[in-house]
Order: sequence, then C-alpha cells, then structure tokens
Amino acid sequence: MNLSLKSLLTAAWIVLALAVSPALAADAPALVQALGAKSFNQKIEAIKQLATSGEPQAVGVLKALAARKLYLRKSDKSVVLARKSGKQYALSRPLTGEDLGKAPKSALKKIGLNNKMRRAIKAALGAMTLLSPSEEVRAKAAAAVFKSRDPDTLEALDAALAKETKPALKIALSEARAAVILNMEAAEADRLAAIAVLKARGDRDALSVLKSVAAGKGAPATAAAEAIRDIETWLAFWSAGQNIFYGLSLGSVLLLAAIGLAITFGVMGVINMAHGEMIMIGAYVTFAVQELIRSSAPGLFDYSLFIALPLAFLLAAIVGMAIEQGVIRFLYGRPLETLLATWGVSLILQQAVRSLFGPTNREVGNPGWMSGYFELGEITLTYNRVYIMLFAFAVLALLFLVLRRTPLGLQMRAVTQNRPMAGSMGIRTGWVDALTFGLGSGIAGIAGVALSQIDNVSPNLGQSYIIDSFMVVVFGGVGNLWGTLVGAMTLGVANKFLEPYAGAVMGKILVLVFIILFIQKRPRGLFALKGRAVEA
Amino acid sequence: MSGLMLKALDRYAYLFLALIAVLAIVVPLLNLAVPETHPLHVSTYAVTLLGKYLTYALLALSIDLIWGYVGILSLGHGAFFALGGYAMGMYLMRQIGPRGVYGHPVLPDFMVFLNWKELPWFWLGFDQFWFAMVMVIAVPAGLAFIFGWFAFRSRVTGVYLSIITQALTFALMLAFFRNNMGFGGNNGLTDFKDILGFSLRTDGARAGLFIASAIALVLGFVLCRVIIHSRLGQVLVAIRDAESRTRFLGYRVESYKLFVFTLSAAMAGVAGALYVPQVGIINPGEFAPANSIEAVIWVAVGGRGTLFGPVVGAVLVNFAKTYFTAALPNVWLFALGGLFVAVTLFLPRGIIGTMQHYWHRLRAKAPDGDTPAPPPAPANAPANEPAE
Repeated sequence: MNLSLKSLLTAAWIVLALAVSPALAADAPALVQALGAKSFNQKIEAIKQLATSGEPQAVGVLKALAARKLYLRKSDKSVVLARKSGKQYALSRPLTGEDLGKAPKSALKKIGLNNKMRRAIKAALGAMTLLSPSEEVRAKAAAAVFKSRDPDTLEALDAALAKETKPALKIALSEARAAVILNMEAAEADRLAAIAVLKARGDRDALSVLKSVAAGKGAPATAAAEAIRDIETWLAFWSAGQNIFYGLSLGSVLLLAAIGLAITFGVMGVINMAHGEMIMIGAYVTFAVQELIRSSAPGLFDYSLFIALPLAFLLAAIVGMAIEQGVIRFLYGRPLETLLATWGVSLILQQAVRSLFGPTNREVGNPGWMSGYFELGEITLTYNRVYIMLFAFAVLALLFLVLRRTPLGLQMRAVTQNRPMAGSMGIRTGWVDALTFGLGSGIAGIAGVALSQIDNVSPNLGQSYIIDSFMVVVFGGVGNLWGTLVGAMTLGVANKFLEPYAGAVMGKILVLVFIILFIQKRPRGLFALKGRAVEA
Repeated sequence: MSGLMLKALDRYAYLFLALIAVLAIVVPLLNLAVPETHPLHVSTYAVTLLGKYLTYALLALSIDLIWGYVGILSLGHGAFFALGGYAMGMYLMRQIGPRGVYGHPVLPDFMVFLNWKELPWFWLGFDQFWFAMVMVIAVPAGLAFIFGWFAFRSRVTGVYLSIITQALTFALMLAFFRNNMGFGGNNGLTDFKDILGFSLRTDGARAGLFIASAIALVLGFVLCRVIIHSRLGQVLVAIRDAESRTRFLGYRVESYKLFVFTLSAAMAGVAGALYVPQVGIINPGEFAPANSIEAVIWVAVGGRGTLFGPVVGAVLVNFAKTYFTAALPNVWLFALGGLFVAVTLFLPRGIIGTMQHYWHRLRAKAPDGDTPAPPPAPANAPANEPAE
C-alpha cells in the first residue's frame, strides 16, 4: 500500500513537472527519480523530459540507464547508480555522483527497460548531443542520426535545425532529417524533398538510404531510382579519380625507384642489377637515423627524413662509385657480364645488410606531418602518398637541372654521346663515369628514404623494385628521362585500373605481359633515341 | 647421322661421357649393393643430391647452348625448368589417387581444400605418364616458341631480351602463387607417393631417377655437340659473333634463334621434370628470377661455350652451396655474390674455358699432328655487337 502511494506521489510529481515544465526543468533529480517509476510510459516521459531539461549530467544518467546500471534501492525507493565492487555494489547518486556507500545485491532492484524505452533513450541521447554547444559534438550527432535513421529523433532534429547557425552543420542536419523522413511514414511531398536532399549529398551513405526507398512503390521510389542513377554516375566519376590518384601514387613510387636506373642504364648503358640495393641502403640509412634520434634527440624526429636524405644520397653514391671503380669499369662494352657481376654485388650487399641489421623487417616511423589524410570530394588523399608524389617530381626536376645546367651534366652528356671525342676535349671520361654512376646510385638512395615510409624495410626491399624499375626504364625508352616519367605514370595508372577487375596480382601480371608484348612492337621503348647513338 | 656423331664427339667428349656413364653405374651400385656399414656405401641422400646436381647440369647445358653459342642470355630459363617440373608434379599428384589426406579419389588435396568439385580441364590426361612426358617437353617448348617468335622477329636483343625473359619468369611466379590458378598456389605440389608404380621412398626408385638424370644429361650433351658441330651450329656461332652480318649473308637469323631457344627450353623442361621427383616438391619459388640468374652463373663459372663447363660449373657451385648453406649459412650469399664478381672479372672464360685456352696454346707451340678440332672460343665480346 505504502508502495503504491509512493509511486502515485511520484506520478504526481511528474504531472506537475510536465505542467510547469520550463520552470521545473531544472529539477532534474526529480526526473531521475521518475526513471524508477513503475509504468513504462512514465519512465519514457521522464526520459523525454530529461532530454530537454538542459541538465548537463542527463547524458550520463541516460547512458547508465541504457547500460542497466541504474537501480532502485529497496530501502527508500530512491534511484541510485550501482557499480559492482567485490561481492557488493558501490552506490552513488546519479547527477551528483555523491557516494552512498555499499549495498548487497539483495537490497537493489534493477530498473526495467523495454524496447520502447531503449528507443526513447537513444533518441534522447541523439537529440541532446544535437543541441550540444560544441560544434564537433553536433556534427558527430548529426552523422550518428543519419546512420541510425531513427524516427524518434525527428523532433530533436527539427529543433536543432531551427537553432543551428553554421551552414555546414545545417546541411548535415537537413540530410539527417531527410534520412529520418525516408525511414518513416511521411507525406509524399516530404519524401520527395528528402530524396532531393540526399541526391544533393550524393555519396555512398546517401546511396544506401535511397536504395531502401527505391525498393518501395510510387513516385518516391521512381524519384529515388533516378537519384541513385545520378549518384552512381557521380560516384563512378569519383572512383575513377581515386584510381587515378592511386595510379599516380604508384607511378611516383616507380618513378623514384627507376629514376636512378634511368641514369645508370639509360645514360651510361650499364645494367646495374644492384640498383635495388641502393634503394635498400637509403631505407636503412633512414632507419639508422631514426634510431639515433630516438635514443639521443627525440625532439628531432619530425626532421628525421631531412637528415636522412643527404646521408642516404652520400652513402649510396659512395657505394655506387665504389662498385663502378671496383667492378663495372672493367666490364664496359660487355653488358651481359656487367649484369651478372652487379647481380653478385647485389647479393653481397643484401647479405651484408642482413648480417648488420638482421633478416627481419625494421620499423621506420612516419613523422607527424606525413601521417593523416585529407579528403577532396570523395577522394581520400593520404599525406605520405601526396608528399612522395611531390618528392618524386622534385627529384626528377633536380635531375634535369643537373643534366642540363651544370658542368657535370654537360660532361656526362658529352661522354655518353661520343666518348673518344669527349676524352680528346680534355674530359676525364673515367672520372665522369664514376660520378654519373654515383649520381644514379645516390638518387636511388634518396628514393630509399621516401620508400621507407610506405614499404617494409628489409634486406629484400631492393629485390622487389628491381624488375619494376627495369620495366619502367625499358618501357619508357632507354636514355630518356621523359620516357621514364611517362613510363612510370602509365604503368602505375594502368596497374590501378586493372586491379578492380583482375585483382592485384593478376593486374600486375597483365601489366608485365603488356610490357613484354610492347617491347616486341617497339624494342626501344616509348621514346626511343634515334640516330647512331642507338647502335653504340 | 653416325658420321655427324663421329665428327661431333672428340676424345674429350668420349672421356666425359664415359665419366658420366661410370658415375651412373657406380653410384647406384654403391648405394644398393654395398651394405650400409661399408665405408664405400653411398647414402640414398647422397644419391638424391647427386641426381639433383645432374638435373642442374642439364639446365646449365641448356643455357650454355643459347648463351654460349648464340649469345642469347636468358634470365628466365628457370621458368622452363619449373614448367617441366610442374608437368611432372601434376603427374605425380594424380598418382597419389585416394591416398591423399582428404582421401578424394581424383582431386589432389589442395583442390579438395579449396572446395573444388571437379578436376580443371588442364589437369586432364596427367594421370597418363606418356601424356605428362609429352607435356614436360611441349609446355616449356611451346612457351619458348611463342615468346621467341615475338621477341626474335622484332629483333629484341641483348640486355633487353635478358630483362624481358626475367619479367616473363617473374610474371609466371606471380601467377603460380595464385591459388585459383589450380597449381597448388603457395605450397605448390608435394606429398608425392610413387612414379610408374614404384614408391618414391624406396632406394631403388631413387637410384632409377639418378640413372635417368644421367642418361638425360648424356643425351642432352650429345645433342648439343651434334648441333654445334653441324652447319646449323656454325650459323649459330656466326649469329653470336656478328648477327647483322649473318643476316646480310642471307640467313634467317630469327628462325635459327627460335629453333635453338625452343630446343633449349625443352631441355630445361626435361631437367625440371627429373628434378621434381628427386626433391619431392615443386612450388612457385622455382620461378624466382634469382634462380634463373643463379643457373647462369653455373655456366659462367664452368665456362660458357664449352658444354663441359656448364656441367662442371653446376656441380661445383651446387656442391659449394650445399656445403655452405649447411655449415656457414651467413657466408653463402657472400660467396655466391663474390663468385659472380670474380668470375666475370678474372675468369671470363670460366674454369673449363681457361683450361682449354692454355691447353690449346700449349698444343699450338708443339704441334704433333693430332690436334683435335678446337672448340669454339668463348664469347668475350658483347653478345650483340653493333651493326658494323
């Protein structure tokens, strides 16, 4: 008897609270107490009231309720928050968090939930965050509502839309509202308007909402079908764009790997099978630099790549010149033997690195400014890919500058075109050969710094690039840097466009087969050198 | 034909063939007839190892035929070797029958594992030994014919050809790694039980395979000798030394090249087919470009353009490999790498080539009227000279 009187009193409280809601909205503790009411309708009412009460802790209470952590203390029928602590439950008062001591399980009664209440809680939570003062929270809430498409949030959405001032958030809210409307019974005009809103949004999420509508009947279904067609065309366009980006990104990786080879193979005609190992050396220099920074100057980590670049260039160039002076010099005019000898050098370098650094992958970290991404329409661009692309072009430009505008470049071209004549003009051809080879190797070294950011740094790193690099140079045309650029980009984009249809491995195989066939057609590559130099 | 044979085989060749014949008889005898406790006993492991070397020697011989005599440096001969191996592996897989782990009467284990319901069409017929043997030759030769037909006709030469043969074997490796190619994917073909009804685990079968490898090597050697001592061989050497001149003399260079390339691929295929039952597995790793290049160095070490050399080189290098990878695994790649450099720099003729060189100089100083026909000089000049 006592009990029913008590609940009657609570109900009265609520009625009172409802009647004078704005004035009594601040009386949140009473509303929390009402969550312990017997009738589900009363509880739902209390949830809705809490949602609009403006009480900052209301979110936590509702979440606790949804998580079934709210209990009714049997002794005084008050609503408490209980957390299991050993065999007993630690109690605290909702909203204030005041400690209420401990109680055994038998002294508590869990507050019941039904599905209707769960929906109400969800809607209330969504609505509360929609009105949050923080823009970020509002944006997240709008996105969450868009995903859930819960009809119960419609009121809150309308309220939020009325209050919202930021244009971007207004759009997000109206899109969420459109998604909600399409998920409930609504007038045809409203539904058509909602479809229009989603069509303007035009992404994959909008597509999935529209697809559920298109499955229905009537004017909205046909409108939705039309919107789907539009969006799909649009998305196909974007995905082509994304593929081009991936392709150019792969192309720039190939370009970086091949650009040094374009010098040694293309300009000097030397087959350097150890070229991949120069890339590997660059990557390991990056690793070593980062290790040193980690242990002695952690603050410099963001600059580690800039420190590694010159070191990688120098080390790879020195190793390259040593190879040229020690091995290749004696094999000029015997390209097949050069190929075998440099292959041997590559085995030695690999094993040396394996002995020094171990056979497993070494971790090279991305500096802060390399991680993360930004979105351009529907295209996701990761910073590391973008930077590597820019870097590849910068290296190419630099190389052009060296070849065209420096005395070294002039001598290099002279020796390539006519060795005896260049020699008789006083150019030390042997020295120029060594420098050219050093330049090509050094560029491979700095390519290694960049590639360490996106690939595993292991002794096999170089091996994985050597065939691709040769393909790029041969495809583009030996002795032509533009050919290398076009070759790398073409192969990169072709690879990425084949991937969705044929799979990654099959795509690569198809590209290889394509190159093999292409070489038959144009044995000297895309941009073939013409004239006597070809035969030399 | 017998006249040609006589011309092709000088006393050194007979000596060499006799050596292999003795090996083919003595090694299995010492393995089977001599009791295990006897110091002269040759373990089955050693027989298998030597058999493996002999198949490598045949592969090296096939490379020497095109590199030493026609100047085509193929960096993809491992692909033909592996294709022959796969053809043999498919036959051996079909011989397992219902004895696989899953006990399926027809399908090999990996197909059952992939939930395939029936044998793909390209596996049909491989339960017949003769069909598998035809394929061992036809598949590598067919691929070489198609590849060579395109490559030689459009005059892809020198390092370009080397690089695209490397791309070819690389592409094949990627393809065979795919599970849905139907060749066992990553794991390849293994768990073989028997060949022609003999269990592969018995010493007798091992000895038989060893003898078969020796016979294949002898036949391959004789075939190569006959070819290079025929008019065809003269043209091939002419192509190696001055391709354009030979073409201007009216020879269809590409047809000659295509013929020898195809033949060489078939030889490599046979070597692969003999290799697989002896090592008991074939997987896509055999297509790795590094394997093909390693085979080239066997030829270089022994001496290209000598035919004896590749056999010696293959056995020596692989013996060293077996020893080093067991005893000093870290040193092996240094040694192999050093070998590549040292041979190209200091021993461009290879071991046998250098020996022949000095032998002939010696003989030339003291002529006694019985000079054997000097074997073709090793090609130190670039394989493809510019048009003169």
